[in-house]
Amino acid sequence: MLYREAGDFKTSYEADNQTFPIAFDRYRYWVVLAVAFLVIPFMINDYWANAIFVPFLIYAIAAIGLNILTGYCGQVSLGTGGFMAVGAYACYKLMTAFPDTSIVIHIVLAGGITAAVGTAFGLPSLRIKGFYLAVATLAAQFFLVWLFNKVSWFYNYSASGQINAPERFVAGFAVTGPNTAPAAQYLICLVFLTLCALIARNLTRGTIGRSWMAIRDMDIAAEIIGVNPLKAKLTAFAVSSFFIGISGALFFAVYLGAVEVGEAFGIQKSFLVLFMIIIGGLGSIFGSLAGAAFLILFPVAWKVLAVDLLGWPTDLVVHQQFMLIGALIMFFLIKEPHGLAQLWRLAKEKLRLWPFPY
Amino acid sequence: MLDQTTVTADGRTIGGVLMDMRGITLRFGGVEAIKDISFDIREGEIRAIIGPNGAGKSSMLNVISGFYHPQDGEVWFRGERRPAMKPYQVARLGIARTFQNIALFEGMTVLDNIMTGRLTQMKSGMLAQAIWRGKAEKEEVANREKVEQIIDFLEIQAIRKTPVGRLPYGLKKRVELARALAAEPKLLLLDEPMAGMNVEEKEDMSRFILDVNDEFGTTIALIEHDMGVVMDISDRVVVMDYGRKIGDGTPDEVRGNQEVIDAYLGVAHD
Repeated sequence: MLYREAGDFKTSYEADNQTFPIAFDRYRYWVVLAVAFLVIPFMINDYWANAIFVPFLIYAIAAIGLNILTGYCGQVSLGTGGFMAVGAYACYKLMTAFPDTSIVIHIVLAGGITAAVGTAFGLPSLRIKGFYLAVATLAAQFFLVWLFNKVSWFYNYSASGQINAPERFVAGFAVTGPNTAPAAQYLICLVFLTLCALIARNLTRGTIGRSWMAIRDMDIAAEIIGVNPLKAKLTAFAVSSFFIGISGALFFAVYLGAVEVGEAFGIQKSFLVLFMIIIGGLGSIFGSLAGAAFLILFPVAWKVLAVDLLGWPTDLVVHQQFMLIGALIMFFLIKEPHGLAQLWRLAKEKLRLWPFPY
Repeated sequence: MLDQTTVTADGRTIGGVLMDMRGITLRFGGVEAIKDISFDIREGEIRAIIGPNGAGKSSMLNVISGFYHPQDGEVWFRGERRPAMKPYQVARLGIARTFQNIALFEGMTVLDNIMTGRLTQMKSGMLAQAIWRGKAEKEEVANREKVEQIIDFLEIQAIRKTPVGRLPYGLKKRVELARALAAEPKLLLLDEPMAGMNVEEKEDMSRFILDVNDEFGTTIALIEHDMGVVMDISDRVVVMDYGRKIGDGTPDEVRGNQEVIDAYLGVAHD
């Protein structure tokens, strides 16, 4: 009953082009933002920040990045973990080399450096597609992790081979280092996610987004109407890596604080983010968020249910988490290949007519 | 004679030579798909390329749109020799086309498909688009207006927000024409625009082709197998057979050409 577009007339193309053309969607979006910015920071504690909110926000940025490349431009990538590592190490090097500059600038620059690296590894996409490209990006994953292990310049010759985030402040609040308040961690990630999602949405609804999708759907026809495939694919790699780099920098500096590259940015990260966009929905910004939320929340929810409520042994529950996630991925691939975003769309379409479906 | 303007019986003006194919030869390994073919397309005309299956018609269209690069011969467009170009560069010259088997972007809506056709007209940079205020939005709206005109023209208002994958065949063909028209091409190439259509759909499509030519003054080159349609709507016809040109002229001239009749009806070998 609430979800109506009848009577919601648009009199200009600007109004029709906006992100949420239906008024109800718009209001809900503002409510969610208001809660996220004004309510949650005052209620958040260490557990909620570290177990749920911060990883969700960071993975959501990575998922948006990968979704631009895979969901919008159709180029499969298994290099996400490696590109996150580039963002993390770039951020670390910048933080230690220029201690007086704001961390926010470092994180954005780390995204830029990752974009350059991602573009270089995107070059094979001009010649190869599909599985073959996936294998080529897999090479990026292994090469980058090896590089950050092997060349000690990247971790400033520290004996442990780890990188540690020094303490940095934004507007007087510590956002990295051991004294960070959960709310500060949460807020800086939230600001980055909001901006990334907004930029991703704007890019995907405009000319660049359409040329990405054209390449994805039919590259020959795309070329015939004037899409330069080189430019479209490489910009997709660049933008995607930019977001992934930012998420890697946040993952290292804000979330973990100390990182050993093989452990934090191994191949399983690449798969995890890929699963997020598959479950969430390829070619959808909302899907990226939903997929990240699902894969972060599900293990936590299962643990709360099985260990805390049912009293099952912890090791059993950990194994169950893996099995259930595997099963769910298969379930989604078979039942709804377009992911949670499609379920959401269908629900909205039903709601439009409910309760008078005629 | 050829460079002069002529007026057709139905009052349309046909100008000078827009595209001139000179001695085009295209080989795939040992196979000669096109053998030394020359013909021209004049501004404002509807030019048909016909011929039996495997005659090299689609290859010829692919040469024009830059997919294939002929081993011999020259392509002249608007009085200049065109160097070997990538298809997207050809698109920027003002040549648009449709495909024999529909090549739409299935995952995008009709509107987005047609908007993609205006890509060559849209110039705003990535940063402007990321912010989506000012230039990028204005450009989007201005181009949307053009696209809406085409949507009106082809009578597909009702499906503008429908994903293309859900549309029936005839409508897909129409959307593909819309996408090509959105580029405001000087030369429009249609590869079998009426393949697989019933009589009614063919009539609609013929009407659209004639209207496009009449209202926008677009030059059209088309490949079509339905002889009735070809003879009715085209100004001049090129006939190909086994990669050679065997006839060129008005529909009436071609109809009377003995070689053309032989190619289509077969010839008794004594």
